[in-house]
Amino acid sequence: MVIKIFKNFFKRIFSNIFRHKKDIKLGFYGPPNAGKTSLANRICKDFSGEEIGKVSKIPHETRSVQFKEKVEIDYKGKKMIFKMIDTPGIATKIDYEDFLKYKLKKKESKTRAKEATQGVIESIKWLDDMDIVVVVLDSTENPYNQVNITIIGNLAARKIPVLIVANKIDLKRADMKKIEAAFPEYDVVGISAKYGDNLEEFYESIFKLSKKV
Amino acid sequence: MSKKRGKDLGRIKGFAIQFIPYSEIRDLDSSRRIRKILGIILGNNILILQGKLRAEEETRLIEDTMAMIGHVQNFKGIELAVISGNGKEGFFGKMKKGIANALAGGDLGAITIIGPATIVKEIKRNPKKIELLLNK
Repeated sequence: MVIKIFKNFFKRIFSNIFRHKKDIKLGFYGPPNAGKTSLANRICKDFSGEEIGKVSKIPHETRSVQFKEKVEIDYKGKKMIFKMIDTPGIATKIDYEDFLKYKLKKKESKTRAKEATQGVIESIKWLDDMDIVVVVLDSTENPYNQVNITIIGNLAARKIPVLIVANKIDLKRADMKKIEAAFPEYDVVGISAKYGDNLEEFYESIFKLSKKV
Repeated sequence: MSKKRGKDLGRIKGFAIQFIPYSEIRDLDSSRRIRKILGIILGNNILILQGKLRAEEETRLIEDTMAMIGHVQNFKGIELAVISGNGKEGFFGKMKKGIANALAGGDLGAITIIGPATIVKEIKRNPKKIELLLNK
């Protein structure tokens, strides 16, 4: 009995010491075309020199979960290692005809739509594996979209720390206050992944959030 | 869900709006709830549901919807919106709401609108109102 208590005591101490050595799984979630991959690319390029995936104006460019292991983010002398997980955009409808507007051929559009539906399913399946999630929203779009609310509601139910990023603040139509009003219980950081604006505040928020893991 | 069931999807002439009180789904497990909802949607109906689904049921609904695209004829997905509290209630407000929800077995103050994407083009939502835009 006494040996068992000692064993558990040391096990707990050691697991606490090494817990912070584990890479933090940082997921990027959001609707299609919000800039998840653009943001993940910027971070990965800044700290590992390589991008995580391709970006495009055509929605559903990311159609399977993409990773970048061991990305060490260095912010104001503090260092943390992350496993970056970029996920396909979550949507409730996918119509291959929407892709025809981007001059894709019918066959190509159909394949893209099929892969996109599988990507949405994959994104949802990955929700349970995240340590921290950055929900990337397009600040020129209406934030009261049910997909945004569903993603954030699911993360809250799973007690996963969330940071909301209002992307594309470089655009005139951007309205970050609307996003803040829509999600008053969360921190919202406005950035431009394209130009790298306000990333300092983003890193600060990520480091703050990592303490909750 | 067979191709036969979805054969009328996209024919705007035949759609109906169906209202379901929460009592209809309260005692169903998640799988049955989703099945019931999808059955209504595939019947070319816009569903107005009293209350709302649990967070994990909403994602399950999206997953099942995605799995059906390409397998059910003319099915392109759903439009979904939930209207409920704005989350700005104070501590006592939240407590009151929590107790009321626990007694009712769900959030009866909420309303969920779900429609097939072939009929519902967009559900525009802001904190005060909801607009249903239909396809021509």
